[in-house]
Amino acid sequence: MLRPRLIPCLLIHNGGLVKTVRFSDPKYVGDPINAVRIYNEKEVDELIVLDIDATVKGAEPDYRMISHLAAECRMPLCYGGGVRTIEQFDRIISLGVEKVAISAAAIENHQLITDAATRVGSQSVVVVIDVKKTGLLRQFEVVTHNGTRRTGIRPEDLAIQLADAGAGEIVVNSVDRDGQMKGYDLQLIDLIRNVVTLPLSVLGGAGSLEDLETLVKRYGIIGAAAGSFFVFKGKYRAVLINYPNRHEKDAFYKRTGFQLHR
Amino acid sequence: MIALVDYGLGNIQAFANIYKRLGIKVLVAKTPSDVRRASKIILPGVGAFDWAMTRLQDSGLRETLDEEVLVKKKPILGVCVGMQMLAHSSEEGILPGLGWIDATVVKFDSQYLNGQTHLPHMGWNDVEPRGCETLFKGLYDPRYYFLHSFFIKPHQEQYTVATAQYGVKFTAAVRSGNVYGTQFHPEKSHEWGIGLLKNFAEFA
Repeated sequence: MLRPRLIPCLLIHNGGLVKTVRFSDPKYVGDPINAVRIYNEKEVDELIVLDIDATVKGAEPDYRMISHLAAECRMPLCYGGGVRTIEQFDRIISLGVEKVAISAAAIENHQLITDAATRVGSQSVVVVIDVKKTGLLRQFEVVTHNGTRRTGIRPEDLAIQLADAGAGEIVVNSVDRDGQMKGYDLQLIDLIRNVVTLPLSVLGGAGSLEDLETLVKRYGIIGAAAGSFFVFKGKYRAVLINYPNRHEKDAFYKRTGFQLHR
Repeated sequence: MIALVDYGLGNIQAFANIYKRLGIKVLVAKTPSDVRRASKIILPGVGAFDWAMTRLQDSGLRETLDEEVLVKKKPILGVCVGMQMLAHSSEEGILPGLGWIDATVVKFDSQYLNGQTHLPHMGWNDVEPRGCETLFKGLYDPRYYFLHSFFIKPHQEQYTVATAQYGVKFTAAVRSGNVYGTQFHPEKSHEWGIGLLKNFAEFA
């Protein structure tokens, strides 16, 4: 049977891997290719790599780096960062990346999603929604450009529009929970899960395997993505790339109701 | 030597890296003579059906591939859309497929998909080989990564050599003579994928 996906999410800043807290204070955690090699050995389900410089600097995606990552990955790779046009989309797919994530550009222009889905198939079109609680009422709002620009859009409204436009997957990223390692924002995830049926992955807040378990028990098939949890170990946040091994993962599936075999 | 058909789609380098680790020779085939030099062929693919067919037509490799596969009977492995292209046609597009296997490509019917996630079928799923099919030799309880909304439907049951379950039981791998295909991505499926690619190289 199909299983939920446990997905490390790596952030790239100035050519290195970093981990942020609430989208700020990037802490250097290592070299991207080296991290991919370790995740290969750990047999991760899938990998998300986001270049957090490209959109804010208005730069082209770093195709050289993307092609190195794609070649190195023995698991599916989702790349995001600075993708604004259908041509960039094509080029990244032809480098051997399975999925391309778009955010700011897709939110401004849903047609990009539709065009990309027609060319490369909707299964490869991922839209990342960064969400922050804003205003006096602390309501969920979609933000872009590493959380610096407010859009005035509600995430659940956007999710419906993205699904209609032809997105293949939505990644919901909680800015407030980023790097907190205290659990996912289930209230936010509920909002999105209740309005769309397409594959959903969530990011922001995971700090333990129990957090992932809570998520999977609540939603079933879902992409449980995490940054800090898969790169830090212990309360002093020592950098140590980690991931459940095959045995731990099978135990995880069993606890969450996904039988081992068929 | 295995030719990895480079028509601008699919992860050529991921296949190349796996075979390099296995000590099996591959070449990235961009020209007809590259394809002719190899004894086996892998046709990867990511993307929509018509887009992939167009790119393959534009690559100038189509006639050579027809010759090598249909006349010289070289073993070929199509992967993901590369497998779907082996069929006559797809519900995803209007262009004809390669027609190397008697099959068509259809979309999952979402009425059979329960739970909250429908399409695409995305993630790791169990694959059940039928009998002792070459591709799955020595692989125990294999799991593979899938990413698709369409699947191949062979017109003859014996072409289905492995199935998977997603709402319905569907064909996850096909074989008709020297023509092999997998809907899942062996190049992205860790040891199970490496084992399958090794089997293709050694036994197909």
